Amino acid sequence: MRNIVKAVGLNKYYDQFHALKDVSIEVEQGEVLCIIGPSGSGKSTLLRCVNQLEKIDKGGLWVDGELVGYRIVGNKLHELTDAQIARQRLSTGMVFQRFNLFPHMTALQNVIEGPIQVLKRSPKEANEEATELLARVGLADKRHSYPVELSGGQQQRVAIARALAMRPKLMLFDEPTSALDPELVGEVLSVMRDLAHSGMTMIVVTHELGFAREVSNRMVFMDGGQIVEAGTPEDILISPQNPRTQSFISAVRT
Amino acid sequence: MNQNQAEQLQAERRKTENAFDITQYEHVPRRYYGRIFFATLIIVALAGLARAFANGQIEWGYIGQFLTSEAILWGLLNTIIMSILAMVLGVVIGVITAIMRMSANPILRYVAITYTWLFRGTPLILQLLLWFNLALIFPVIGIPGVFEIDTVSLMTPFVAALLGLSINQGAYTAEVVRAGLLSVDTGQYEAAKSIGMPRLQALRRVILPQAMRVIIPPVGNEFISMVKMTSLASVIQYSELLHNAQNIYYANARVMELLIVAGIWYLAVVTVLSFGQSRLELRFARGAGKRS
Repeated sequence: MRNIVKAVGLNKYYDQFHALKDVSIEVEQGEVLCIIGPSGSGKSTLLRCVNQLEKIDKGGLWVDGELVGYRIVGNKLHELTDAQIARQRLSTGMVFQRFNLFPHMTALQNVIEGPIQVLKRSPKEANEEATELLARVGLADKRHSYPVELSGGQQQRVAIARALAMRPKLMLFDEPTSALDPELVGEVLSVMRDLAHSGMTMIVVTHELGFAREVSNRMVFMDGGQIVEAGTPEDILISPQNPRTQSFISAVRT
Repeated sequence: MNQNQAEQLQAERRKTENAFDITQYEHVPRRYYGRIFFATLIIVALAGLARAFANGQIEWGYIGQFLTSEAILWGLLNTIIMSILAMVLGVVIGVITAIMRMSANPILRYVAITYTWLFRGTPLILQLLLWFNLALIFPVIGIPGVFEIDTVSLMTPFVAALLGLSINQGAYTAEVVRAGLLSVDTGQYEAAKSIGMPRLQALRRVILPQAMRVIIPPVGNEFISMVKMTSLASVIQYSELLHNAQNIYYANARVMELLIVAGIWYLAVVTVLSFGQSRLELRFARGAGKRS
């Protein structure tokens, strides 16, 4: 199995705040990795570094074999241009906590925007594929609705379709169900479950421990900008070794 | 209290209740004496004004006559052309300046800041005069050896007015556009980036269309003031509405009549623009939900 993501000694600072401390992790093709941890633990920051929404201050990150954001010249790392970074982002799809659908476009327009404007594919082809994707997330009948007319769960499913339309090699989910009403969480998780079973490589930051246990191959617990513990879902959820993991799991469980 | 006393009390109560049957009473709305007072005041004032105009040195016949005279209609056309051209150019300059102002590139940012500072900080009439008299600093304009042109023949009143008005407008519009761009949620930038859009494409496809909702009302406002600001171009001999009206009254001394004629046309143009603005606002309200 080859690595889709490989991070070596990542460090990230927000002014004085040390958000990521020497984080190293690998994700193999087809693997589903769930990251859990308290808020401010750096789990979203790690995810955003993979997609270059945040710049890495030290260390290196490879996505699909390509060094992210930098070019090696001698023993220095030179920053890439905006256009090169935009191209690198094409290999990853991202789903946000707050959906971030484009409100001035219908569901279908949201999904075809990237394929047509960025990948320069023909509108006809893009439309067909987008319609299929929307059907896959159960929203074929909502394709002409604007985001404001959709429920949170429906918006998040459109957002997943929008990310998939770019045919990414890796999907990133940043707390995809945290902004949803409880009764809408299930429909989004079910789409993500199907996606995981289809063999998509996924990194999921989540608080849904049940989902994580069912779907993930591997779990990571982060706290204070570090990976505290990593292992199978059973390792982390049933028999955590680190006391910080133990107290987090028991706090979330109740 | 014994049985007898209680019955007596009950009977008494029934009697007083029957004494006034409230269901039969007429409801009288509240009287707003303040409104009546001020309405009267306004009517009296208007009547006085009408009387002053009727008895004043105004030949009403002239207004009807000059309203559609050739010189006035040409002036109106020039006012409209100049307003539209200067506004379009001003908005283009404003959008570019706003994007430069929000760029990560400090050079672009400071160029934008300096431009806004300079052209908002000096009176428009001064800028118009500067452009018109540019030949005093640059007698010739062009690339030496490639092509050159006399500034005096280039800086016609039309060109000077267009440059002066649009560059001044751009400085104001830049701030309006910047406010619009700032009003769009940062999540929208991130979503656009996440589907691989470079910065400018994200601005054009995702951010600006949403910012338009915030930008259009103040830009409509600026357009309306632009229509009137074109009258300042009369100082550099541009043949717009006010300039032509003045030329006529210098000849025939019908000052009030011609000012009223010009005023009527300005009002007419602004009224049409206000309608256009509300149509445009509807267009960009797509997906925004209902707002009262």
